[in-house]
Amino acid sequence: MSLLIGTFTIGFILSLLALGVFISFKIFAFPDITADGSVTLGACVAATLLIHGVNPPLASLAGFFAGTLAGACTGTLHTRFKINPLLSGILVMTALYSVNLHVMGKSNVALLSVNTLATQSEQIGVRLMGGATSFNLVGWDVTVRDASVLCAVALAVVVTGLLLYLFLRTNLGMAMRATGDNVQMIRALGVNDANMIVFGLAISNGMVALAGALLAQYQGFADVGMGIGMVVWGLASVIIGEALVGTNQVGLTIIGAVMGSVLFRLLVAVALRWGLSPNDLKLITAGFVFCALIVPQFLRKKKLGSAHA
Amino acid sequence: MLEVREVSKTFHSGTPNEVRSLRGVNLDLTPGSWVIIIGTNGSGKSTLLNAVAGTFLVDEGSIRLAGHNMTRWPEHARASLIGRVFQNPFSGTSPSLTIEENLSLASRHGCGRGLGWGLKAPLTAKMRGEVARLNMGLEGRLDNAIGSLSGGQRQALTLLMATWLRPELLLLDEHTAALDPKSADLVIGLTEQVITRDKLTTLMVTHSMHQAASLGDRLIMMHRGQIIHDFQGAEKRRLRPDDLLARFEEVRRAEQLDESAAQMLAEQYI
Repeated sequence: MSLLIGTFTIGFILSLLALGVFISFKIFAFPDITADGSVTLGACVAATLLIHGVNPPLASLAGFFAGTLAGACTGTLHTRFKINPLLSGILVMTALYSVNLHVMGKSNVALLSVNTLATQSEQIGVRLMGGATSFNLVGWDVTVRDASVLCAVALAVVVTGLLLYLFLRTNLGMAMRATGDNVQMIRALGVNDANMIVFGLAISNGMVALAGALLAQYQGFADVGMGIGMVVWGLASVIIGEALVGTNQVGLTIIGAVMGSVLFRLLVAVALRWGLSPNDLKLITAGFVFCALIVPQFLRKKKLGSAHA
Repeated sequence: MLEVREVSKTFHSGTPNEVRSLRGVNLDLTPGSWVIIIGTNGSGKSTLLNAVAGTFLVDEGSIRLAGHNMTRWPEHARASLIGRVFQNPFSGTSPSLTIEENLSLASRHGCGRGLGWGLKAPLTAKMRGEVARLNMGLEGRLDNAIGSLSGGQRQALTLLMATWLRPELLLLDEHTAALDPKSADLVIGLTEQVITRDKLTTLMVTHSMHQAASLGDRLIMMHRGQIIHDFQGAEKRRLRPDDLLARFEEVRRAEQLDESAAQMLAEQYI
């Protein structure tokens, strides 16, 4: 049971990452690799502030803003200096590796003895449960720590998802969506598309960094290598989410991305339980995204072929 | 209103592919005038429109609109004064956004875009009225994605979007050339309606001699990056499609003459 709750918790945390990837890949069609670096950046900034005694919500928020800066850098490289999107992301991601090491001063920081969002939500949970440390949920023993962290994370995801949904329906949000959809049109309507891209990537990487900050607090450490392969992870979640909801409506795609992230984490947990070596995880994830990218093409071709026959 | 002074533009300059698209073009538009531009392929008519819209910066000359010297302005800044409809019906709308979201974007044409709610009730009510006037039955489908509509419908909506806030200048770049004849007639009808109703200053490029003869109050003909004819007032009203075809024939002959003369000279002297 504890394993299942843990799976859901990480799934929810990484759904923030998935939403960030959704903004860059789906809304702007911008393959933004910066996310690999900004996940770690968020974690490093939050962890470093936490061990210096900053209160957890503030530290997490700082992680978010550090991510927005990283995203704005990538956006500026692309729009101002006309560097290819992929390369802009790679440059910033590479630079972030050193930045992250500088922020932490070493390659990892442990958060086991400091106050984090996880310990804070546990305290609130214990107080609500009247001092109990575990309870019985339909026959299973559940620790209050696990349950309250899951609830807190779920709440954070719902609030973030709702804010994102509302934002995408404001004048600014719609201009952003149209920028990814049809640049010529949005320029003709007097919008500075370069600013839209910089701003959008900032939000995207901010959310990715927030996911990193929460992940560090949940697992109790930040590590300079924790971001490797995160973009592909987020992309897998977004693709699963698209398949689940099967529509382009903004609200549903956001829900889809969250569901995709949780489901993907669940699949991974099951695979690991069945004896998949954790070393193979990234290989399998990449293979999965590859399949998800080519299967629709393949099906379309097949459909066309049968229509001709 | 619009003042184009001695505007020149050369593409790929210094290479074998050098194209002198505009050569010292001068054009003045009075407020409310509707100017049709025709010309042979590569004559620079679309280039002139794009120079005004700011798709690229011109090499020489100046462009002023409504009192602003916007020669060095970037495209999106000029767009606050200009409404545009493109030849490709898919260029003017955002396919994954709904009809009402597209119109809402147009309703803030050239204004700042903040965190205000995009679809307020009074705005959607106004949209329903305006869309109903297109007579396409789209007013009940405002929440459909624009990508699901036909080229004619999308072009009609683009026209509505481009003129939503009565721009200082309307640029129409062969906006019916990619449509089937029926949709083209419809869009031309709507174009005429909105231009006369709002007295919009308009520059319209067309390939159709019929449109060129019947629409607008002034017609200019371009050739090799220059304006070679300028018909205004009564002269413009008398023009028939055949007259225009005759002018094109004239241009073609002159060109042939140039070529044969060049050939003759080459044979005699080289």
